[in-house]
Amino acid sequence: MDDTVIIGTKNKKGQVITDPRIMMNEAPRTPSFFTGSEVIKEAVRRANVDVMVAYPITPQSEAAALCGELFAEGYIGDYFRGESEFAVMSQCAGAAFGGARVFTTTAGPGTMRAMENFPMWAGARLPIQCIVTCRGINSPLSIQPDTIEIAYLMNTGMLVWHAETAQDFYDWIIKGYMVSEEPDVHLPLALCCDGFFVTHTKDVVDLTPVDMCLPPYDPYRSPVPCMDMECPPVRMMRDPFVMKSNYISYATHASWQQEVWAAAERSRKHTISWLDGLIETEDVGADILIVSSGTAVSQGREAIRLLADEGIRAGLVKIKTLRPWPEEELLEATKHASHIIVPEFNVIGWMAKEIKATIPHSERVVAGPRVCGGMTLPPEVIVEEVKKAIGMRSGVLAGRGG
Amino acid sequence: MSLDYVKFSPGFESFMPKEYRDMVEHGPFGKKTTVSQMGSFKEILEEHPMCAGCAMTLFIRLAIVAFPNPEDTITVGTAGCGRLAISQAAIPFVYGNYGDQNGVASGLSRGLRIRFGDQHKDVVVMAGDGGTADIGFQQVLHSWFRKERFTTIMLDNEVYGNTGGQESGMTTKGAVLKMAPLGKKFEKMDMVAMAKIAGCAYIATVVPNNPRRVESCIKKAVLIAREVGPTYIQAYTSCNIEYAIPTDQVMADAKTVEDDRYKFAEYVSEDAKAYLAKQYGYKEFAQKPAAAITNA
Repeated sequence: MDDTVIIGTKNKKGQVITDPRIMMNEAPRTPSFFTGSEVIKEAVRRANVDVMVAYPITPQSEAAALCGELFAEGYIGDYFRGESEFAVMSQCAGAAFGGARVFTTTAGPGTMRAMENFPMWAGARLPIQCIVTCRGINSPLSIQPDTIEIAYLMNTGMLVWHAETAQDFYDWIIKGYMVSEEPDVHLPLALCCDGFFVTHTKDVVDLTPVDMCLPPYDPYRSPVPCMDMECPPVRMMRDPFVMKSNYISYATHASWQQEVWAAAERSRKHTISWLDGLIETEDVGADILIVSSGTAVSQGREAIRLLADEGIRAGLVKIKTLRPWPEEELLEATKHASHIIVPEFNVIGWMAKEIKATIPHSERVVAGPRVCGGMTLPPEVIVEEVKKAIGMRSGVLAGRGG
Repeated sequence: MSLDYVKFSPGFESFMPKEYRDMVEHGPFGKKTTVSQMGSFKEILEEHPMCAGCAMTLFIRLAIVAFPNPEDTITVGTAGCGRLAISQAAIPFVYGNYGDQNGVASGLSRGLRIRFGDQHKDVVVMAGDGGTADIGFQQVLHSWFRKERFTTIMLDNEVYGNTGGQESGMTTKGAVLKMAPLGKKFEKMDMVAMAKIAGCAYIATVVPNNPRRVESCIKKAVLIAREVGPTYIQAYTSCNIEYAIPTDQVMADAKTVEDDRYKFAEYVSEDAKAYLAKQYGYKEFAQKPAAAITNA
């Protein structure tokens, strides 16, 4: 299907199918005061989604239910509640195999329960978009904010983006389809945000016109035959490639895994163009840098303001895409920094580990402050970490001992 | 997935492998072929890596011959012996994850309906007893309760054959198998009863030694699933390896099991009967004239 033929025509809801670049970059925007969950609904309303499968789990339940309202209004082709996250992701896979644009949402233990599907989606080259509103996965049970599930998603072969704000979320849901549906990419996207902080708070978000929508998904732009496992380089579901222990079998699977990851790498050029870079930087000439993703970046911004009040200069790197990982960008952005502070909302510090593995002189990286289990990350805690790193004494923070 | 799928690109006729030429020139696509014509046309499933004497392979072969529109049919499966044969057929096969075939088929069926509208695309799940009654149980039952319109076929060999002979929920009580060293402790699961409770519009139990009956059941199941609701076929497809059935006695075993726990049974809902009669001319399900009912 040639997009130019359908641009300007209307979909069944009367929305004008619009050139995505014009819709996202040039069309007038209307400031609106919405929760993150409502923002998901508004983005999906404009994304020409064919199938959405829902399942309740905090904190994404509201967004998943709001998409049901969109279905009732006629903006989504089909919508139903699955019976578990594993089932939901399988149902999404089926719909995508059938040539549909597919959307779903999950969180925390739901992400973990669904996990078997994510490498399957990537290997089958299904450009499904899954919103991940991160929360704790630990035992005993917790529903509180925590980003540890992202560490697992980063090794599935999916594209993984981490939104900081509701505005990011709105724009990236729509732009995400444009990147992941490119023929040389054609991979699923895990679009992550920090649960509650983004989903349950209200923010002003600039929305594109409600009467404009994306062109529909064109399954004939898939790099592999849809509805079959007959993927290059050979028909890999056949017995010799599944069951047999020989070099041809190993080489077939190895080359396909490499191709999946190469496709994620090829998404760079599209992502840079749509998101205006894989990272965003402020004052990277500073000796101190705060580097992170998600709402840890927001807290980093506040910390930089507090530090400035005390005459301490610090810069910021916001990482937008975790897969593909912005290696070159980080090498460039961190080359002047002596102290790289990495605040995170998880116990293991996956972001700090990734950065340490990327840049030279990794002793510059301070793997913290880290909070988890639902704790907030006050900017004062980041300030304290910065002062400790540069050898300054800092005041005692309430409740944190001397 | 259409008749375009099985024709030569212009100019390539003489360069295509013989297998492909045979499929285009002598295959069943776009024709009405039956099991009684087997041997006179190129079958969609011919070569496979299954064991000698495998009843499951015979059943899969018969089932695929029976598909009413093979050129518009997609099979969905999961891990198990059957998948090794189904994936080698000349029609699309989708594999998702372990035991999620009915979830994948739910999404696939819905996605195809959005994309192709009123043009029928048949989705047929073929999975083993472990894949259907054990690991896939939740998704199987929920797909039925949701009234998803596709066909589920259980290839019941009463054992995990592909992984080397472990007990499944469909194994008969007392059978000694791997992971049941003292014999299975509970009864064979009654999936037919569950299909009925969950609202399947067509249910049948068959064994492979009656090809015409298999063909009849598969055709009805696939046609009903197009519009009426979920359909379920449970087929006894013995594992002659794990149950040590001599190759030349596989059909005799099927007959014995048919007489014991696999008696032919068929349930057709009233809606399904009316649909088959109206859409596909099934005379046995046509409503009798009002006068005949009065006289009855």
